[in-house]
Amino acid sequence: MSSSYEPVIGLEIHVQLRTRTKMFCGCELSFGDPPNVHCCPVCLGLPGALPVVNAAAVDFAVRIGLALGSEIAPRSLFHRKNYFYPDSPKAYQISQYDVPICSGGCLGDVRIHRVHLEEDAAKLVHIGSSGRIHGSDRSVVDFNRCGTPLVEIVTEPDLRSPEQAHEFLTVLRTTLRQLEVSDVNMEEGSLRCDANVSIRPVGSARLGTKTELKNMNSFRFLQRGIRAEIVRQQELVAAGEPVVQETLHFDPVSERLTSLRSKEEAHDYRYFPEPDLVPLLVTPEMRAAAAERVPELPTDRARRFEAELGLRPGTARDLAFRRELSDYFERAVAADAGATPVEVANWIPQLVERIGSAADPAQSRVGPEALATLAALVAAKRVSRDAGREVLTTLVAEGGDPQAIVEREGLGTLSDDDGDGLAALVDSALAADPDAAAKVAQGNMKAIGPLVGYVMRESKGRADGGEVTRLIRERLAEQV
Amino acid sequence: MTELTELGAAAAARAIHAREIDAGELFEAYRERAGADELNAFTWVAEGPPPPTDPAAPLAGVPLAVKDLFCTEGIPSQAGSRILEGYRPPYTATVVENLTGAGVTLLGKTNQDEFAMGSSNENSAFGPVLNPWDRGRVPGGSSGGSAAAVAAGLAPWAIGTDTGGSIRQPASLCGVVGVKPTYGACSRWGMIAFASSLDQAGPLARDVTDAALLLSHMVGHDRRDSTSVALPEPITLPTAEDLTGIRLGVPEELLAGGDDGAGIEPGVRESFEATLALAEGLGATIDTCRLPHAPHALSAYYLIAPAEASANLARYDGVRYGLRVGGEEDLATMYTRTRGEGFGAEVKRRIMLGTYALSSGYYDAYYGQALKVRTKIADDFRAAFARFDFIATPTSPWTAFELGSKADDPLAMYLNDFCTVPMPLAGIPALSIPSGCSDGLPVGFQLAGPAFSENPLLQAAHALERAIGFDGSQVRA
Repeated sequence: MSSSYEPVIGLEIHVQLRTRTKMFCGCELSFGDPPNVHCCPVCLGLPGALPVVNAAAVDFAVRIGLALGSEIAPRSLFHRKNYFYPDSPKAYQISQYDVPICSGGCLGDVRIHRVHLEEDAAKLVHIGSSGRIHGSDRSVVDFNRCGTPLVEIVTEPDLRSPEQAHEFLTVLRTTLRQLEVSDVNMEEGSLRCDANVSIRPVGSARLGTKTELKNMNSFRFLQRGIRAEIVRQQELVAAGEPVVQETLHFDPVSERLTSLRSKEEAHDYRYFPEPDLVPLLVTPEMRAAAAERVPELPTDRARRFEAELGLRPGTARDLAFRRELSDYFERAVAADAGATPVEVANWIPQLVERIGSAADPAQSRVGPEALATLAALVAAKRVSRDAGREVLTTLVAEGGDPQAIVEREGLGTLSDDDGDGLAALVDSALAADPDAAAKVAQGNMKAIGPLVGYVMRESKGRADGGEVTRLIRERLAEQV
Repeated sequence: MTELTELGAAAAARAIHAREIDAGELFEAYRERAGADELNAFTWVAEGPPPPTDPAAPLAGVPLAVKDLFCTEGIPSQAGSRILEGYRPPYTATVVENLTGAGVTLLGKTNQDEFAMGSSNENSAFGPVLNPWDRGRVPGGSSGGSAAAVAAGLAPWAIGTDTGGSIRQPASLCGVVGVKPTYGACSRWGMIAFASSLDQAGPLARDVTDAALLLSHMVGHDRRDSTSVALPEPITLPTAEDLTGIRLGVPEELLAGGDDGAGIEPGVRESFEATLALAEGLGATIDTCRLPHAPHALSAYYLIAPAEASANLARYDGVRYGLRVGGEEDLATMYTRTRGEGFGAEVKRRIMLGTYALSSGYYDAYYGQALKVRTKIADDFRAAFARFDFIATPTSPWTAFELGSKADDPLAMYLNDFCTVPMPLAGIPALSIPSGCSDGLPVGFQLAGPAFSENPLLQAAHALERAIGFDGSQVRA
């Protein structure tokens, strides 16, 4: 990969809104129902039928706009986007064009260009061979999906790597889920993403010729598709060939990019204002109602975790971008068991590792208070870190109180006042490795490692490393 | 003409209410006449026993003829086009529902220019409608079937749609009353669309009272049509007998007629001036007024309407309903063959015009420019209505012309709408009443008023109608 060129990536994300009914008619939304049961004259495009805007979809779009910090247009317009295809029963899609409902905003450090409302197309099912249109025997249409409300979220070309694109989508998905506006499920098609990709010399402000990768159906494929396209463009440039503006399809199996259409074949959508609809007005009341439904969003929560709870940025994001983790974390902190938020946060990955990365910790046997107590015990050095992990394993399996488990299993930290257990172990360590003991006695602290290791091993992890070190030095000092 | 069918619609409703006549008998009498239609005015006539009626309902079972482009559940609705061959909608247009709810019975569906595109009714897949005043002449269009049916007494009244004059011009050519209401007054739900920002339903009737009565049951906000509005007051039956204090403006730009020597016919001008004189006699004041942009209305109209039509008619692709030609070959071939054979020449012409006007690189010069002209025209009317109550013009520059005489000259055909096109562009109401005859053919007089001025317009038309004393009974015989 030539390092003198940098990728420039922008995303167009289609999100199906989880309203009860469709964008312009009263048909119910569905997924997985028998084909063509949720349709009416409007979504079938029958002669004489007229669209009526779904107020809930407008509310959801405003919610999204507010969450992204967009400007909400008090008056926006619907346009007709004309194209012939059997998935479009009117032969035009009602969408927004020059005056979208939301403009500007950002998510993290990626700027949002616009967010607009539109309707989804019907689903074409190609029968035979690959399931793709080429080589199929025939195609059938399912209008259940036709007219489902969509928002299209368009970013500015602010992304610089496939990984960043993946990261952005992850945050966006969490955000939309928290807004309760969509199922945001890529497999079911409620979240779909196109990527515009170009490359340019590092330091250049000019954008190169872009290509568009269409409809990638998982975050992973999206990342791989973008990576493949960057490589392809860099190879073209290296060979002195121009990048041609075209729409591409990425085949995740073969990792190959194939051209769907070139710029010359691009559609002329002949946009014009939809005469069947009046301008879309968003009143201050509608805006206020939507604002009430915008909770604290992942990026804000991560910022708060850093600023108020002292978490490191990486930890803050890992927690904040998964709502169930951050909710659980906050409950554990609220339990106020004696551990700092940072100490509590450090136990969350341990818990996730034990319950599985997709599980909700709130559904596990480990209550947030129990985790907080465990963190406090370890922080107070009453349980060693290793022993603490054992306690957590027991908690995950059986639930219960960490303190009780520690007592029952005898996992409490060995200390010098704990009979002569720890003192005795230290003595055996000094006896077992007199060379090391001598070096430490002469001031070579590097030699203390094997001695500490011996004690830890013999105590099966119950000893506290700091305490062991202190005791070793104390004993050696006595010997001098 | 039987005694029953000589009754006007409002009079028939009153007679049914008073139990002087029977709604079933009235329906049979009209069905017999409609069934024997020699004008090709009907594309479908009701069969079977008369539908049940409620004699107490406001419209009491008075039969109604409905333009083919209104969707009627289970009943052919083809908008005069072959591409909707065999199409029977699963639902009924709001306006038709409103009227049947008020008691009318559906007598039949009437012939029209295909998708309401035309001024002669020669552009119908069902063939032309003949003018009952002279069967060698056109009835006007696009609501030619509705106008001819009412004029010939095949129906007591009818509904049509007006996009650039499609109610008023055939009303004029057939000697009946036609009203195009304020845009939004009647719901467009279930009206097969031509140009959505212009299309409006309205009544065609033998006199102003019948038209007012029918209109009063058509209008109303409909939640299924976002562009529909509630009128500020109900439509009332007109009673005015004079025009005291009414100021009529006569726009010199429209009186000049179109370019190319296609001005107002002398006979039409004569009837128009005679009507103005009558109006003055009834107490109106008359003055010339300016509508500076009105001469550009036709140009703007023939960009905006085809542009919207090009999108509205794109759905007729043979995939889901109506005509399908081929289908065994690839998709594009099926589209092309279906649309090639399903649409008539005028519809294709307008689809191409509209597609071009919206194309990338041409939008600003054509469609965008036309929208600006449209705004100017609306401004002109607003300014005029500051000085005048109504604008008066001849409805059509000509009386009914011979079948085929303009069929090969689309521009000459378009000039028919010179005086009727500005009003729908401005969204304002206008009506046409017969003002007399020229060489034995009816002439129409048009009045236009500000938005929502239906009641005062109908009052003025009522007073004028009485003074004119037009008698169309001879063609109903």
